[in-house]
Amino acid sequence: MQIKMKKVKIVTRRRGETTETWIDVPDTGEEGWGDVAGMKYVGQRHQRIDAVEKVTGRAKYTYDMKLPGMLYGKILRSAYPRARVVRIDASKAAALPGVKAIILPDDEGAADLLRRECRYAGQEVAAVAATTLEIAEDAMNLIEVQYTELPFVVHADKALESGAAQVQDDRPNGSEPRVNEQGDINVGFAESEVTVEAGYKTEVHTHVSLETHGSIAHWENGKLTVWASTQAISATQGGLSQFFGIPNSDVRVIKDHMGGGFGSKLGPRPEYAVAALLARKAGVPVKLMLTRKEEHITTGNRPDSFQNVKIGAKKNGKLVAYRRENFGTGGIAGRASIPGQPYLYEVPNFRVEQTDVYTHGGPQTALRAPGHPQAAFAMESVMDELAAALDMDPMAVRQMNDPDETRRNMVTLGAERFGWDKRRATPGPATGIQRGMGMGAGVWGGGGGRTKAEGVIHPDGSVEIRCGTQDVGVGTKTVIAQIAAEEFGLTLDDIIVKIGDTNYPPSGGSGGSTTCASVSPAVKNTVQMARLKLFDTFASSTFGVSPHDLEAKDGKVYVKSDPSKSMTWQQAAAQLGDEPLVVQGQWVPGLSSSGVPAVQFIEVEVNTATGVVKVVRVVAVNTSGLIMNPLLWESQVNGGVLMGIGYGLYEERIMDPRAGYMVNPNLEAYRVMGAMEIPEIEVVAYNQPERGVIGIGEPPFIPTAPAIANAVYNACGARVRAIPITPDKVLAALAERREG
Amino acid sequence: MKKFAYIDATSVDTVPSLLGRRFGQAQVLAGGTDLVGELKEYIATPDRVVNLKSIPGLDYIRQEDDGLKIGPLTTLADIETSTLINDQYSVLQQAVSAIASPQIRNVGTIAGNICQRPRCWYYRSEDFDCLKNGGDTCYSVRGVNRYHAIIGGGPCYIVHPSDSAVALMSLNASVKIQGPRGPREEMLDDFFVLPELNIMRENGLRANEFVTEIIVPASKPNTKGIYVKVRERDAIDFAMASVAVTMTMSGNTCSEATVVLGGVAPVPWRVPDVEQFLQGKQITEDVASAAAEMALREADPMSDNSYKIEMTQNIVSQAILDLA
Repeated sequence: MQIKMKKVKIVTRRRGETTETWIDVPDTGEEGWGDVAGMKYVGQRHQRIDAVEKVTGRAKYTYDMKLPGMLYGKILRSAYPRARVVRIDASKAAALPGVKAIILPDDEGAADLLRRECRYAGQEVAAVAATTLEIAEDAMNLIEVQYTELPFVVHADKALESGAAQVQDDRPNGSEPRVNEQGDINVGFAESEVTVEAGYKTEVHTHVSLETHGSIAHWENGKLTVWASTQAISATQGGLSQFFGIPNSDVRVIKDHMGGGFGSKLGPRPEYAVAALLARKAGVPVKLMLTRKEEHITTGNRPDSFQNVKIGAKKNGKLVAYRRENFGTGGIAGRASIPGQPYLYEVPNFRVEQTDVYTHGGPQTALRAPGHPQAAFAMESVMDELAAALDMDPMAVRQMNDPDETRRNMVTLGAERFGWDKRRATPGPATGIQRGMGMGAGVWGGGGGRTKAEGVIHPDGSVEIRCGTQDVGVGTKTVIAQIAAEEFGLTLDDIIVKIGDTNYPPSGGSGGSTTCASVSPAVKNTVQMARLKLFDTFASSTFGVSPHDLEAKDGKVYVKSDPSKSMTWQQAAAQLGDEPLVVQGQWVPGLSSSGVPAVQFIEVEVNTATGVVKVVRVVAVNTSGLIMNPLLWESQVNGGVLMGIGYGLYEERIMDPRAGYMVNPNLEAYRVMGAMEIPEIEVVAYNQPERGVIGIGEPPFIPTAPAIANAVYNACGARVRAIPITPDKVLAALAERREG
Repeated sequence: MKKFAYIDATSVDTVPSLLGRRFGQAQVLAGGTDLVGELKEYIATPDRVVNLKSIPGLDYIRQEDDGLKIGPLTTLADIETSTLINDQYSVLQQAVSAIASPQIRNVGTIAGNICQRPRCWYYRSEDFDCLKNGGDTCYSVRGVNRYHAIIGGGPCYIVHPSDSAVALMSLNASVKIQGPRGPREEMLDDFFVLPELNIMRENGLRANEFVTEIIVPASKPNTKGIYVKVRERDAIDFAMASVAVTMTMSGNTCSEATVVLGGVAPVPWRVPDVEQFLQGKQITEDVASAAAEMALREADPMSDNSYKIEMTQNIVSQAILDLA
């Protein structure tokens, strides 16, 4: 049976520009997801299929893997924030028994990985592989490096001062401001009846993935296999093949289970290439996993932000003018832009000026909703301050200026579930232990594409779905099994899901909340075609009907109009004869979309004697179109909220200005929230199944920090304009309030 | 981690010679929750690690006529849950239950908690060659000193990390110490040393000495104690500020008090002036605030830690009022 192709239009919006493209997709005669209400798997709560494997410790992560004869790699990193390597002597390290390979910056192939010019403390200088991790570490410490120390700067504000050490040779530390404007802010502010002006600050935030970065590299006959803890097997394959100058086909990347990435594992990482280089030199596999300290200083971060904001409104709350001047640093990678013109709300006159700053710090990289939490913190804080100045309910001010109907509905829904009407109209006293309520909002894109999948029905009835995506821990495997089980009328146990291997049909990286919206349509299309092709082998001969007239349910295949005409799934598969049925499908439009708001309401408790803030209750309202599995979805929302509390109350990279090192590259002084800090979280779904699948990874993280800050203000009148909201800042804000 | 020899000690008497006379050459291992971190970060680089857990009988809690005796290897969890420890020592149980996390309390020992090394992020990092690591700079002075000392600092500004030591000092506890010439006993008041006296150590243990018992004298009737600890998270975190207060009350008049601050000084910081001030006073809000102010009179904060003054004052007055 030939499945016909049809042309469909794809509309993409990127940075305000809309592009239309036409693509050919298989025509299965079915459209949309249908009504999931009556379905057994799609849209239903199902425990993840690898749950038992995970909780019993049988799931093997890259960190757990061992290959025969495998060596352990370590990277020697720059001891200074900026330095030139004058001399390296690795002779003592080489003489240490057990050391099998050493790579220095001048070695062949190492130039792009190992540095003679170091621009941040932690940059790669040399690497070593040895028979044990301990020997590798000892060897690393035996490599003698002589540096010439050079002037440096690690803070964005200092880097903008005249005379600051220059980070990049070819450009100044501060970029030309990128300006985005509309209307005339001078006119706007002149028309404003109430204005608020304030400075907001957010700190550099690191990913703290439970599993650190790393890989195992294995060469065999010039072909490279890499097991990597990665969010992007395809990009890793491409990057490594380019690095080593070998065809893509000679690089295979495998990732089974992984302990999170949050954006920091989206591409070919330098440490993967180092491991592969060591493995090639040693002639045996090399495993190289980073330490927690290396994670904090080298694998990426969310840039900080300094935002000076002025907002003006009419007395009725209608926004008239908005100005934001912001800068921030992504370390040696610069880029620290944040979205918004302005963020979320409609303002007739605005001007936004952004400056990216280079510093001698580790490079920024994507971190859960890049830019958005920074934007949300300042915008949602200033909206709260404006509401106080207007003597209005901050929710009312938001609703009046929010052009997004979905978000307005979500705010209404959340306010009701939360009990926003019980919020005190003015802040509580600056004494004792006080509770307060705050809200925040955000927006994210999501959306999918670029994915192929393969379905295999074996003659014995067993089923495989193969897709070169990866499950970063969110439950992708489970969603794939759900779609296939639904379509084939089988159970989740009947579906063998094979992902995380570049030998399977390609998919994109798992970033930007795009995986579910990319993979689900591709799998749906694949299994639909597989089902049609299977039915085609016997529909007419056995039942005298067209394959479209058959249905698969509860392990049976039957004629829709006469269910008594049926056979078991195994009998149906047996019609294939000796050969398995192999079908490739692809992402098709109409099953997913993008663009989702997020809203949170938070209640906090502030101890005004100590400045300690506890989040006691959160109502998180999210939408992501058709929710494939509410149980997994809620997990994502919970995770986003928890990370948001960490961002709002605890987490920050702290750099020593004089030495240029991070002082808290650990989990003691870089605080992520613990079990005791977990509040009651009510996850509310704003259902829009008609929109198809949209990702949920990022949106629930965005509104948390400003909602906390606003709740702290409501509790005790302490306006904290910098996150994390640590006790010292709360005490200072309380003192400011008392002084009036 | 540097390579070291691992030695199982078999008796208290043999430990001093296994430790040797030079600091840094050997380390005692009890619970290991502090030592392992120091070893991994190359902060401690001993040639020998002397395991004390192989010595039988160092793990006990005994109520005797003259007070409470606690073996050095008694775990924090055992102290936390012991029913042998009666109410007069509840400040100790309060402090111990505020240490770290259940997992760490299951392993960490009381002597280890008292003798643990500071958490200063400059000291704990191999990137900084700080005074305490044998270098010539205290980086906190012009660096990031949010968690550093506001009292008693200089030239190094660590804060003492132990919760239990603060409580024990408020109970007038002492420690029994084994050295090459046999045991000696020292009040906790005298046990800890300021950096101006010895920058490399936080207590007066010599290289070949170790703590073999904690002795807590019986307190007077009608004495109650309280431990208040401020931390950002309710587990794991060390104190930003803490206070242990004991008061012997007759009616609402305080006849005797002890007040010890934690998290603000390089040693558990006893404030005798405040103790005297409280003696014979009826406890009112004014008295409590005056005591709190007096407790921090000597505070001399750095760039980032002046918040600790108000925070500590607030918990001192709160603790006093709670006991009255």
